Amino acid sequence: MGTLSRLTPHLKDSLAAGLLAGLLALPMLGFRLVDSAQGLSLDYRFTWVAIAAATVFTGRLILLQAGDAIRRRPSQRSASTQPQAGRPNKLRPILGWLFIAGALVLPWAPLADRNLLDKATLLLIYVMLGWGLNVVVGLAGLLDLGYVAFYAVGAYSYALLSQNFGLSFWICLPLAGLFSASFGMLLGFPVLRLRGDYLAIVTLGFGEIVRVVLLNWQVVTGGPNGVSGIQRPSFFGLPFLATAPGKTTFHEFFGLPFSPDHRIVFLYYLILVLALVTNLFTLRIRRLPIGRAWEALREDETACRSLGIDPTKTKLSAFAIGAMFAGFAGSFFATRQGFISPESFSFLESAIILAIVVLGGLGSQIGIVLSAFLLVGLPEWFRDLQQYRMLAFGGAMVLIMLWRPRGLLSNREPTIRLASAPSRVAQTAEDSV
Amino acid sequence: MASDSLPLLAVEHLTMRFGGLFAVNDLSFTAYQKEITAIIGPNGAGKTTVFNCLTGFYKPSVGRLSLTPPDDGAPHLLERMDGFRIAKVAKVARTFQNIRLFTGMSVLENLMVAQHNKLMRASVYSVAGLLGLRRFRNQERQSLEIAKYWLDKIDLSDQADWSAGNLPYGSQRRLEIARAMCTEPVLLCLDEPAAGLNPRESLQLNDLLLDIRRDQNIGILLIEHDMSVVMNISDHIIVLDHGAMIADGTPVAIRSDPTVIRAYLGAADDEDLPPEVTGDLRPAATSGVR
Ligand SMILES: Nc1ncnc2c1ncn2[C@@H]1O[C@H](COP(=O)(O)OP(=O)(O)O)[C@@H](O)[C@H]1O
Ligand SMILES: [Mg+2]
Repeated sequence: MGTLSRLTPHLKDSLAAGLLAGLLALPMLGFRLVDSAQGLSLDYRFTWVAIAAATVFTGRLILLQAGDAIRRRPSQRSASTQPQAGRPNKLRPILGWLFIAGALVLPWAPLADRNLLDKATLLLIYVMLGWGLNVVVGLAGLLDLGYVAFYAVGAYSYALLSQNFGLSFWICLPLAGLFSASFGMLLGFPVLRLRGDYLAIVTLGFGEIVRVVLLNWQVVTGGPNGVSGIQRPSFFGLPFLATAPGKTTFHEFFGLPFSPDHRIVFLYYLILVLALVTNLFTLRIRRLPIGRAWEALREDETACRSLGIDPTKTKLSAFAIGAMFAGFAGSFFATRQGFISPESFSFLESAIILAIVVLGGLGSQIGIVLSAFLLVGLPEWFRDLQQYRMLAFGGAMVLIMLWRPRGLLSNREPTIRLASAPSRVAQTAEDSV
Repeated sequence: MASDSLPLLAVEHLTMRFGGLFAVNDLSFTAYQKEITAIIGPNGAGKTTVFNCLTGFYKPSVGRLSLTPPDDGAPHLLERMDGFRIAKVAKVARTFQNIRLFTGMSVLENLMVAQHNKLMRASVYSVAGLLGLRRFRNQERQSLEIAKYWLDKIDLSDQADWSAGNLPYGSQRRLEIARAMCTEPVLLCLDEPAAGLNPRESLQLNDLLLDIRRDQNIGILLIEHDMSVVMNISDHIIVLDHGAMIADGTPVAIRSDPTVIRAYLGAADDEDLPPEVTGDLRPAATSGVR
């Protein structure tokens, strides 16, 4: 009965959509100019128009019905599970450890080749960027549309420092993080007063400004030509080369036959470690007062002020820490590519990183891994279907927003539990005796 | 009654103008330590505006707000301080007319966030916290104890790990008071804490506020429409109408003050017209429900 009563308006809606599609299709699909020996003639393809209208009609109908079913479910679910919000989630940490174990053994897996590792490395860069941005957007609730600017600052810091001063990767890495963080502070100071949409627009602008500066400051950044010949990474001083005059190379030192795969594997592990450090740091800082203040700020800035929390300082720290991780990721990117140019730091990158965070469920670390896989990993693997990539991308986004409007994994774990406090545990133990 | 307590907050000639509107007009009063000072008046009388001036959300157009800490330090001039600094340094805590909890965070987290400044100091720019140094862990344990004390006081120990937004309305009101108390204030400003409570919950609230007055060395400013709360627990009532003070005295005196009765009877909104004010209010039992 209920489904039927809903069906009628849906039918009407779908019919209207089908008609509209038919009308639009008529001039676009219905007529075709044919170039023949006798000159131009008009060809009619009304079946095509009918097909287009029918497709839109059925598609719309299915979407409406499915949308209804989906919308009904979450509301019921949330109503029934909310009172027991006190239960810790056991599954999430197990999933996390599985991911880590899988990532650790990946280079030794039978199917792993150079290509796979390269893609996994790229994926991990996005995971790390997602985790970094998650501090800003997911925890502190500051919508930052110019995150890629900090990534760029990190990449150029490494490239220029190593080229002009001959510093090694391991010295440049913290410096790049430091530069990015200071840059984040500098930028954040005037900007963080703004709220919501205004902040988003201003950060978007700053992201573009950074790109334009990189493009035009020829003397320092090389302009559109970028910086090339960036020092490749070395294994703590041992370069990954077949031969190096006056230096022991990696394979000589370990007595291995030379293989270009060494560098690939090393880069993979390097970004894995960097990403895991980001993750560990975020998980830990979430449980510290500053992390809780970020989340509180996201929930209600006015209440925060009434509790004596300095909103500016707190936001700045989130901004700076997020920027720092982007800086680390940027210098990794530079050393991996060996070449950087402003093109790599367009707004599209910011948008993808933000999509990863939002899709993963704001604040969820594992959700970000999943959505990075969906948004960056899958499109990489299906490059053969290049022409459908953007279509699939958009389709996936729409589906996920319908199915899980709050992101893939959006349940929040409290940062501290009374149940786990020592005295409580003892008490329940006594109870059960 | 006021004479044997020490003055805590002195408000002098407070005026707050919004364009041509005098939301608060030349208001002067004093609130004392270990006393409950109630501010009543019809809707739109300017009560919330007084709180917003006190807690730094508005800068007063004219006036002086000086808070003398109980440990006899130099008085803080609140009208010159930033909003968050009033809570942090001068130690004025408040609740909001429309509850403002961190609804997505757990009940316990709400109480921990309230102890932010203390915990931040112990975590030394988060370094000691990240390393898990003893200095930080001790402070965290102590803060947890304070949170537990208040959870117990407001009867929410069993719901400590719930999202604050999932609590029933009355519990949210109590949690907001507990959260304010976790900042260890010297002055607590409560904006209509009994609004939306049922009679049983509002008796519970009376008990909570009386406990706070007895156990803590603080002063309480209370905005309230519910006369069963106001008349029973306040030591001292200030009546505002159209931004100006029209009466100031003990509950007994206020109850029979003709100006007050006229202000309430003349008020346009009927919900502010409690028959109790006109005389037949007897103190309801405050210790009936536990
Ligand atoms: N930010 C503001 N801007 C303009 N007018 C305000 C503002 N805040 C309060 N007012 C006005 O001040 C008067 C007093 O409001 P308020 O203090 O909220 O009254 P109440 O006693 O009900 O708490 C009202 O007329 C209100 O419209
Ligand atoms: Mg009000």
